[in-house]
Amino acid sequence: MNTLPLVIAVVALAIVLLFIEAFVDRPNKGFLAYLGAWGLGIILVASFLPLPMPSALSTMSAPFLNSDALSVFFVRFILLTTIVVLLMAPGFQPVLERYLPAERKGGGTGEFSILPLFSCAGLMLMVSAIDFVMIFVSLELATITLYILVSYLRQNNASLEAGVKFLILGALSTGFIVFGITWLFGVTGTTNLDALPAAISALPENALPPLVFGIGMILVALSFKMAAFPFQFWVPDVYQGAPTPVTAYLSVASKAAGFVVLIRLLLVLGTIPVLEHKLQVVITLLAVLTLIFGNFSAIPQTNMKRLLGYSSIAHAGYLFMGVASLGSRLAVPAIGFYLAAYLAMTLLPFVVLTVVSEATGGDEISRFNGLSKRSPLLAGAMLLSMASLAGIPFTAGFIGKLLIFSVALKQGHYGLVILGCVTVAAGFYYYFKVIRAMYWQQPSEETPVPVTGTVKFLIAVLSAAILGMGIYPGPVLAALR
Amino acid sequence: MSPLLLLIILPIAASLLIMAGANPRRTALGATLLNLVVSIFLFARYDLQAGGWQLVSEWHVLPNLGINLILGADGLTLTMLILSTLVTFSAIWVAPKIEKHEGLYYVCLLMISAGVIGAFSSLDVLFLYSFHELALIPTFILIGIWGSGDRQAAAWKATIYLGTGSFILLIGLLALYLSIPAPMRTFDLRQLDQMAASGAFHPASWIYLILLVGFGSLVSLFPFHSWAAPAYACAPAPAAMLHAGVLKKFGLYGLIRIALPLFPEAMARYAPLLLLLLIGNILYIGYVTVAQKRLDWTIGYSSVMHMGYIFLGLASLNIIGINGAAILMFAHGLSVAAAFALCGEIRRRTGTLEYSELGGLAKVTPVLGVLFGFAAMASVGLPGFANFAGEILVFFGATASGPLMIPAVIAGVWGVVISAIYMLRAYRNIFWGPIAARWESVTDIDRVARWSVILLLVPLMIAGFYPQLILKMVGTALPK
Repeated sequence: MNTLPLVIAVVALAIVLLFIEAFVDRPNKGFLAYLGAWGLGIILVASFLPLPMPSALSTMSAPFLNSDALSVFFVRFILLTTIVVLLMAPGFQPVLERYLPAERKGGGTGEFSILPLFSCAGLMLMVSAIDFVMIFVSLELATITLYILVSYLRQNNASLEAGVKFLILGALSTGFIVFGITWLFGVTGTTNLDALPAAISALPENALPPLVFGIGMILVALSFKMAAFPFQFWVPDVYQGAPTPVTAYLSVASKAAGFVVLIRLLLVLGTIPVLEHKLQVVITLLAVLTLIFGNFSAIPQTNMKRLLGYSSIAHAGYLFMGVASLGSRLAVPAIGFYLAAYLAMTLLPFVVLTVVSEATGGDEISRFNGLSKRSPLLAGAMLLSMASLAGIPFTAGFIGKLLIFSVALKQGHYGLVILGCVTVAAGFYYYFKVIRAMYWQQPSEETPVPVTGTVKFLIAVLSAAILGMGIYPGPVLAALR
Repeated sequence: MSPLLLLIILPIAASLLIMAGANPRRTALGATLLNLVVSIFLFARYDLQAGGWQLVSEWHVLPNLGINLILGADGLTLTMLILSTLVTFSAIWVAPKIEKHEGLYYVCLLMISAGVIGAFSSLDVLFLYSFHELALIPTFILIGIWGSGDRQAAAWKATIYLGTGSFILLIGLLALYLSIPAPMRTFDLRQLDQMAASGAFHPASWIYLILLVGFGSLVSLFPFHSWAAPAYACAPAPAAMLHAGVLKKFGLYGLIRIALPLFPEAMARYAPLLLLLLIGNILYIGYVTVAQKRLDWTIGYSSVMHMGYIFLGLASLNIIGINGAAILMFAHGLSVAAAFALCGEIRRRTGTLEYSELGGLAKVTPVLGVLFGFAAMASVGLPGFANFAGEILVFFGATASGPLMIPAVIAGVWGVVISAIYMLRAYRNIFWGPIAARWESVTDIDRVARWSVILLLVPLMIAGFYPQLILKMVGTALPK
C-alpha cells in the first residue's frame, strides 16, 4: 500500500472536519473527535485492502516515499496512535473549557481534535520518506501543529511554558536538520537516501570531515525528536505542561517517527565502511547516556506525567540498544516490535491518567492513592501497563526487551547489556511506585471514579494489545519482516 | 485439553471469576482443591517403567525463533507439582477472614500458584522463566497490603532483588540460547539436553556463572539472600507459605533442569565457589538465625539456611546427592509452609511473635503446640520426616564425591545442631515455661487451620517413612 493516497485521505478528512467545526453550531465539540477517529479507522482498514490506485500517484511519489514493510507498519502505527489520542480528547473536554476563554460555549475547543490529523499526515509521510527534503517537510508539518497543541491551554501557565520551550527547541532542531542536510547535499550532491552510498563512495578522501559534520547535525536534530541524551532536557517540562492527550501523542507517535528516520539513515550509512565505526561509537554512547539518564532521573519523580516523560527517555535508551545492533537481521523487527509494545503500554497510562486527573484534580502519583478501591478497572489497566513497562513476562514489554537484549547480545554489546540489567532494576522501582500508590495506599476519598464507555473501550483494546503481543507476538513480528 | 494446562488455567480462571464477582474464598478453595486432586491423580498415573517426559503437549508461539509453549512432566515435575498444589490448597484454606480487598487477596495467591505450576511444568526454558515472574507483582501487593511489621521496606527489597535476579537470569538464558549454532537454536529443554549429550554444543562456562547468580538470588543463595528473611517475616502467612515453600524451589529446579545437564564441566570447575557460598548459607545464616528474637524472623532465616543443604546435594554432582536435594526440596517446602502457617496462627492469637513476650502457650493451645513441635522437628531433620531422608542422602552423596566436600559436610552436620538450637529454643520460649496472665484467654487452633497443617505434615511423614516413593519419581529426571 502506498502512503501517499492514505495521507491525502487524512488531510482531506481534516479539512472536512475544519469546515464542520466552522459551520455546525453545536456547543460540545467532542463529536469532532469521534468523527475524526471513525475516519482514521476507515483509512486504517483501507490500508489493509488491495485498493487500486492511479499509477500517476505512485510514479510521482516514488523518488520521495518508500512503501516497504517498515513504512507500511509505521504508517498504521501512526494512524492507530492518532485514533487513540483522538478518542482521549472528549474526556479532556472539561479541561479545555476550563482554560479557554470562550465567547460562546465550546468555542475554540474543536480544533483540539482536528489538529492531530495534520500532525498524523506529517508523521505518516515522515516514516515513509527516503529523501531528505521530504523528511524535512513532513517533520515541519508534524511539528508545527504540535507547537499549537502543546500550548493549547492558553490560560494555563504550565501549558504556555511547555509551548515556548517546545517551540524554541523545536525550531532549534529544525535549524540543525536543515544545516545538516545542506552540508550533506553540498558534499554529495544528492538528497536522496538511496543515492547516498554511491555518491559517498565516489568522494575524495578530504570530503569526509564535512560529510561527518552534516550527518552529525542531522543526528542531533533527530535526537531532539527521540528524546535522547543530551537533547532530552525539554521532555519533562513539555510533557508535564502539555495537555495530556498531546503528551501521549508526543511521546509515542513523534518519537517513533524519529526512530524510523534514524533506522533508515543508519541502514544506508552503516554499509559505508568509512562511517560504520564512527556511527557505531556515537550510537552506543547515546544508548549508554540515555539509559542512565532516563532511568535514574525517573526514580525520584512524584508527578505522573514527568514520570512517563522520563520513562519515555528510558525506553529511548533501550531502543538505542537495538539501533546499535542494526548489524543483526533481527534488529529492525526488534525495534519495530518494541515501539509497537511501547505504543500500547504508554498510551494506556495516559488514558487512565486523563480520567484520574479529572476526578482528583491533579497529575501527581499520589492522586492514584487507593485507586484499586475507587476503580478496580482503572487500577488494573494501570497495573498491566506498569508491568509491561517494567518488562514482566506475558506482556508486550517483556517480548520487546527480550528481542532488544537478544540482538544486543548477538552483536556483542556486553557492556550495554550489563548496563541494561542495572537500569531494568531501577525501572522496577519507579514503575512499582505507581502500583504501590494504587494498591497499598489509602484513598483520600472513597467515591468511585466514573469511567465513560469510550475510556472502557480504549482500556479494553490497549490491554488486549499488551497481553496479545506478550503471549502471541508472532503476527506483529511477521508484519515487520 | 492437556491436564497440565488445566492445572495452570484453573487458578487463572478462578481469579477471573473472583474479579467478576464470585465468592472469593469458596472459588479459590474449589479451584485449588481440584488442582490438588488432579495433580495427585497425575502423580499416581505416571508411568515409571517408561520414564521420561509424559503428558507432553505443544503450542507454537514463535516457531522460527524456537520459542514454543511446551508442557510436559516427568517424576521430578510431578513431585514439585504435588508440592505446589498441596501448599497452595493449605495456604488458601488456612487464610484468615480478610477484612479489606478480600477478592484481591485470593487473586494474588491464585496467580502465584498458577505461576509456579506453569514454571514447573514448562519444557520451554523461556516459559519456565516467564511463568515464575507471574508471582512478582502479586507478592508485592500481598506483602504491601496485608503484611505486618516493616512491610513496605520488605516488599520493596524482595521485589527489586527478585526482579533484578530474574532479569540477570534472563540474560543468562539468552546467552545460552545464542551460544547454540544458529540453525538449531531452541529453548526446548529436551532438544537442549540431547544436543548437550551428543556433544553438538558446548555452552561457555561463564554462562553457568550468570545462571548461578540469577537462580541463586531467587533461592536466596548466600550472599544474594538478604531479601528473603524480611519478606517472609513481613508477608501474610499464606504468601510466606507459597513463597518459602514453593516459589523458592523454582531456582533449584531450574539449576537441576538446566545447569546439571548442560554445564557438567562448569559445575565441576566452579564447585569450590558454590561450596563456599553454601557454607555461607549453612553456617553464617545459621548463626544469624540463632540470633533472632522473633519467631517469624527465625523461620524466615532458617529457610534461607536450609537452602544450603539443597545446594550441597547439587554440588555433589552424583545421583545420591541430587536425589537427596530433590527430596529435600519437597520436604523443606512442606515443613516450612507448615511452620509459617502455625506462625501466622500464633500471631493472630497473640499479636506478637517476640520470644520475650511469649511463653507457656502449650497450656492454653495444646494442639497448636503439638503441631508446632512436629513442624519444628521436621525442620531440624529428625528421623521419620522426609527432611531426614533428604539430608542423609545429601551427606552421603557429598562425602562420596570427594575430599573437597568434607568441610561442607562437616558444616552441614554442625548446621543440624544449629537448627536444633534455634528451633528448640523457639519451642521452649513460646510454648513452655510460665504463662503470662494476658495469654490465659488465648484459644487453641481452630479446626480448619488444624487440618490444613496436618495436610502438610502427613505427606512429610509418609515420605519420611517411605522415601522410596519420592526417590522413584525424581529418579526419572536424573541421568542414569
